[in-house]
Amino acid sequence: MAEILRHAWLIARKDLRLEFRSRTALASAFVFTALVLVIFEHGRDPTAVPTIDLAPSILWVTFSFAAMLGLNRAFQAELENQALDGLLLAPISRTSLFWGKFGANLVFVALVQIVGVLLFILFFNVPVWRVWLPFLLVCALATVGFIAVGTLFSAMVVRTRFAELMLPVLLLPFLLPPLIAAVAITVKLFAGRPLSESGGWLRLLAGYDLAFVSLTTLLFPATVTE
Amino acid sequence: MTLAQRGRWITLAALVLLAGIYVRALRFTPVELHQGPAQKIFYLHVPAAWSAMLSMGLVGLASILFLIMKDARLDRFAAASAEVGTTFCCVMLTTGPLWARPIWGTWWTWDARLTLTLMLFFLFIGYQVLRGAVTDPRLRANYAAVVGICGLILLPFIHLSVYLFRTLHPLPIVLKPSAPSLPAPMLVTLLLSFGVFTLLYVGFVMQRYALGETGDA
Amino acid sequence: MLWARELSHAFGAIRALDGISFTLDRGQTLVIFGPNGAGKTTLLRVLAGLVRPSRGSAGVEGGRRAIGWIGHQSQLYGHLSVRENLRFWGTLYDVPAGELERREGELLARLGLEARAGQQVRTLSRGETQRAAIARALMHDPPVLLLDEPFTGLDRLAAEELGRLLGELAARGRATVLVTHDVKEGTELASDVAFMRSGRFVAFGPRGGRDAAALTAAYREAVAGG
Repeated sequence: MAEILRHAWLIARKDLRLEFRSRTALASAFVFTALVLVIFEHGRDPTAVPTIDLAPSILWVTFSFAAMLGLNRAFQAELENQALDGLLLAPISRTSLFWGKFGANLVFVALVQIVGVLLFILFFNVPVWRVWLPFLLVCALATVGFIAVGTLFSAMVVRTRFAELMLPVLLLPFLLPPLIAAVAITVKLFAGRPLSESGGWLRLLAGYDLAFVSLTTLLFPATVTE
Repeated sequence: MTLAQRGRWITLAALVLLAGIYVRALRFTPVELHQGPAQKIFYLHVPAAWSAMLSMGLVGLASILFLIMKDARLDRFAAASAEVGTTFCCVMLTTGPLWARPIWGTWWTWDARLTLTLMLFFLFIGYQVLRGAVTDPRLRANYAAVVGICGLILLPFIHLSVYLFRTLHPLPIVLKPSAPSLPAPMLVTLLLSFGVFTLLYVGFVMQRYALGETGDA
Repeated sequence: MLWARELSHAFGAIRALDGISFTLDRGQTLVIFGPNGAGKTTLLRVLAGLVRPSRGSAGVEGGRRAIGWIGHQSQLYGHLSVRENLRFWGTLYDVPAGELERREGELLARLGLEARAGQQVRTLSRGETQRAAIARALMHDPPVLLLDEPFTGLDRLAAEELGRLLGELAARGRATVLVTHDVKEGTELASDVAFMRSGRFVAFGPRGGRDAAALTAAYREAVAGG
């Protein structure tokens, strides 16, 4: 187990170093997040619908789409010089490879989310800081399961044509449960309700994460074996 | 008789029986008190949903077995089942609004069952699109199996999340009529329809599978 | 050191490998000649463990750890420097920390890449990239080398240099399998040759001092007869 984590960490670190050097995916995701938030901000009538009702939906939709932008980058980098073969030839388990990619994706998405939340507070004037800890928890829970599935799918999709289009098409149904749960809990949080009132939703998120992190880990080898 | 021929006979039989169901539903089953004649779509709509779920369940099962046993026939079956499932989803998604409009006054509502079917439809579409985008048959089979299994596991979560959502945000219009307590003749028609749709599923899948054998789809 | 036993592999209807059997010991260099589509790359990938054959078995003593792969794709990360690449791959292969630096230095010197060590791989020429790829493959000092058309895209000078280098490596007691479609390349290196066509070995045996011309003639004969 320790071996697996160590190798995963090596791979994740390499991925993040690569991303910070080339910055392409990260930059696109930041710009995309900002753009979407600006459009939502200008597209609504501030006198008609109170921000606090709509805000969570806007935030989570933005997060989801920005995350999907970044997911393909994980395996794209491996195709460049067939480095993926190198990783498959190395004496590491397939699980390390998957968790390394998964971990790097999580860091990537976390960075995009931080920028997103900051812009969000700026544009929508929502008191996130009052509930920042529970909000952080919800973000983490909602993101983990969805990104696990996204990492798995990106491993497959990256070798097909129209990879950028295929990933959202495949991933969208998997977005629904965490998205609904996250929005529901966030609405409650912004309305000042305690986290305990969202027990059902939290259990759903935890269950989803558990189910899909396990499942994707199990299924990953099938996507790289020939 | 070849598989395709057998499949055709079964489908034909099912279609004839389906016509029989129509007749029974329209003339011999009592009209529902609150909803009127429009309710009769129910006899098509619900079994179609059942067939769609059956299709997905079998895609998932075949996918799991394929990854364990690597038998190409299982992959071919999954492909056939997915295509048939997509068709049933379409039936469900068109009969749904047709039923909803006169009863609820709206074409669509985000209740648990409809949303589940819509997501199921997207899953099927995604599955087919992926299959279409991969040329290498072994890779395609592996990829499809992965998506099939993930899709199957996703369904209960979708149902749960939409259900939880719905209990917190009640429908704006009259509550959806539920199936359980049906008078006998209606129940019989419904059950017969379930049987016919299952038969239809079998017939369609047999034909599609036979097609797959020749064309390596 | 490595072997194949009744190896067969099919992609759907296409039979890529058809009943291949052979063994190879330390110090032997097997060069496999064959036209494109003969199944050479597939054979190599099965030996490396990247592909599981539909029938038969193949393997390398020592598993993945014992294999060094050099193909026409470098398996290097363009945005990392030569040194960073070597460091990453070496660590992945569990080369101990102290050894890592020593081997790095040694290989960079031997392959004439010291000047380029800190540069990102994407800035290197084709020949330099190939040399860096070789350094990568040798970081963990593998007793078995698998080479997939390594001369592709190299100019005359670089190809000669590569030939010399490979000869040196083979002489040190490694077991090497090299596949190529060009009889002129690799002839000098071979201790044993095989001619491959349509997934089968149409001839297999010691080179016996024959030169490229003699081998070409023998190849034509074998292919015409088979």
